[in-house]
Amino acid sequence: MNLDFTPVWQGWPQLMHGAVVTIEITAASLLLGCVLGLLVGIARLDPSKKLIYGLATGYVTFIRGTPLLVQLFLLFFGLPQFNILLPAFACGVLGLGIYSGAYVSEIVRGAIQSIDRGQMEAARSLGMSYRQAMRIIILPQAVVRMIPPLGNEFIALIKNSALVSLLTIADLMHEGQKIISVSYRSLEVYLAIAFVYLILTSLTGLLLRHMEMRLRAGGVVQ
Amino acid sequence: MSSTASPIVAVRGIGKSFGAHRVLSDVALSVQPSQVVVIIGPSGSGKSTLLRCCNALEVPQEGSITICGTDLVKNGQLIPDRELNALRMQVGMVFQSFNLFPHLTVLENVTVGPRQLRKMSKSHADALAHELLAKVGLSQKAAAYPATLSGGQKQRVAIARALAMQPRVMLFDEPTSALDPELVGEVLQVMKALAREGMTMIVVTHEMGFAREVADVVMVMDAGQIIEAGPPEQVFSAPQNPRTRSFLQAVISRD
Repeated sequence: MNLDFTPVWQGWPQLMHGAVVTIEITAASLLLGCVLGLLVGIARLDPSKKLIYGLATGYVTFIRGTPLLVQLFLLFFGLPQFNILLPAFACGVLGLGIYSGAYVSEIVRGAIQSIDRGQMEAARSLGMSYRQAMRIIILPQAVVRMIPPLGNEFIALIKNSALVSLLTIADLMHEGQKIISVSYRSLEVYLAIAFVYLILTSLTGLLLRHMEMRLRAGGVVQ
Repeated sequence: MSSTASPIVAVRGIGKSFGAHRVLSDVALSVQPSQVVVIIGPSGSGKSTLLRCCNALEVPQEGSITICGTDLVKNGQLIPDRELNALRMQVGMVFQSFNLFPHLTVLENVTVGPRQLRKMSKSHADALAHELLAKVGLSQKAAAYPATLSGGQKQRVAIARALAMQPRVMLFDEPTSALDPELVGEVLQVMKALAREGMTMIVVTHEMGFAREVADVVMVMDAGQIIEAGPPEQVFSAPQNPRTRSFLQAVISRD
């Protein structure tokens, strides 16, 4: 058994290009996921609003209960049957964003519910509406508590984004597979891909820990 | 107690149950302008629930509550949200656990209400807040965050925050119960000064000295009912109800 990393060195620029696409698609998906997650998380706070709560809960249940790959294929191969043809990149962002939105919504809901009930009572007793109290008092406190779990979600999403290579998107995984298809050096190239993913997730983890430290030092997180 | 002038707070025949547990039954209360009503009684007697009904943090299932002549709860029905919010601006609330907004400075805690709800300009709201912080003796803490304050300081900021909405009545829910004993006095001082200025107040407390000194009317609650009401001299010196007597004995022998 001999190892030959030459194809990896030769294909390095392509791999780096793929890594950039991976970062782009992950960041865009997380952004979409955050917007969706915020709305869905708030919708799931009040079970007495049956329609909104039911829709939000249905979404979270479906997304968390089915494989991401199936969801991506539904968008990429399913939507064209309705003559909806989205570019692959858009499909990837949409699929990953919808997927991560379900998880972010649980982060949002948990963070909001972790804020002391007295905060809402104090805000309402001043005369604020529920929305005002949410926007001015509850969410600013909850957002700080969302940062660490959102970081974990970001890392999970970087790894999950490898699946979009199956939608013909030229991400890190896809670029690696192209190199394999001409060099037949599967082990070496997959090792290289794994290494690059590890660098991406580790750097993200470090960055997040740094951010959290600064928030703590600033007294924003108790 | 007299009911000649139109009352600031009028509670008529309210009742409330949490499941099978009856917390309030047929409670009535009328608070005249500038009156200080102090509610005492054993824990679990429903005093906090009664107070929280007065700004609809709890909604009674029976009876009616009127604030400054406007219905808050009518026959167990809460008014719509928009009117509720407007009415709550007239009612200041001070909580046992302070509930200051930890992400805002002391100054911002006091200005957030006037700025967001009364659409007051920043300079106007800041001036008002500085005036109120001076009144509660915390001018030097305007830029501090709540986490850096003592319990007594937090509660004084909470009082300033409620006053900033220029309420017609102030509700105090055991405002000194969460404080270290040496910090109780500074909060009671502020409350006494407010009472002297003519603020209408309903106070749930275990501070019998405060009740005796400041209250116009002392109400004693037990098992969800008001069992005795009258001027403090009468309630403390010549209680009519035997349950009042046993409660007062228990409280006073503790001190």
